[in-house]
Amino acid sequence: MIATIAFYLFATLTIASAIAVIFARNPVHSVLWLIVAFFNAAGLMLLMGAEFIAMLLVIVYVGAVAVLFLFVVMMLDIDFASLRTGFTRNLPFGIIIALVLLAEIIVAVMAWKAGPAMNGGHIPAANQSNIVALGQLLYSRYLFPFEIAGLILLVAMIGAIVLTHRRRGDLRTPKASRQLRRRPEDAIKLTQPGVGEGMKL
Amino acid sequence: MIGLTHYLTVAAILFTIGVLGIFLNRRNVILMLMAIELILLAVNVNLVAFSAYLGDLTGQVLAMFVLTVAAAEAAIGLAILVIFFRRRGSIAVDDVNRMRG
Repeated sequence: MIATIAFYLFATLTIASAIAVIFARNPVHSVLWLIVAFFNAAGLMLLMGAEFIAMLLVIVYVGAVAVLFLFVVMMLDIDFASLRTGFTRNLPFGIIIALVLLAEIIVAVMAWKAGPAMNGGHIPAANQSNIVALGQLLYSRYLFPFEIAGLILLVAMIGAIVLTHRRRGDLRTPKASRQLRRRPEDAIKLTQPGVGEGMKL
Repeated sequence: MIGLTHYLTVAAILFTIGVLGIFLNRRNVILMLMAIELILLAVNVNLVAFSAYLGDLTGQVLAMFVLTVAAAEAAIGLAILVIFFRRRGSIAVDDVNRMRG
């Protein structure tokens, strides 16, 4: 009973906040609604017994991706009102496309029939927690794809840094290596000028 | 009783909202990226629902990989957005075809 209530709560909130993401006027509000949607989707994952994915969703999406979006939205000085032109013009067409797509998916789900391998009735009882089972699977059978995933993240990190890095010309930063290379004998000259000859520079 | 179909329906609606978001915000790249995140979230819900239904953890492993790719995609997409904004002072998608790619 409580699981049913929780499912409908999480599902309704996920869908409502997803609608708010695409209809919000202010992109900052969109990002915040996206965070709400991810939290509720994490709740749905918890109901399905996927604790690790749920926690990953909160940590990765809310903690990293949504904050990244928020930084970019706040950093760029964009006139968002001008970007909304065409919103109402696209609205009827977009809603027609969305309804057709939804009807297609629902028809496909209705017509879908579980094969003999997919009756779902023979789920083995879990004798270890979700995280332990997932970790054992990831580090044995899926070790190579797991390493590839890490490589993808590394490439994305390097790519993002290389793309956005720029050398600014208006800064006068001290060059540490040049300063450290400088010796007293290059910089100081001791002379003993004669009386009345003055100093030659 | 909540079954597989309920989760599939939620994922289908979420996916449709994501596609609608791409259609509606045709000029705002940031909102398009957010709509793509919603679509990938719907895919993740589907994967985890089938994983729970079948009692097979492979679906959850795949969901993790989808999460990885989504994070990488968001980082690269926003980086491209930032340098595009620096060059042109706008993020309207209509201006992007100036690259003649």
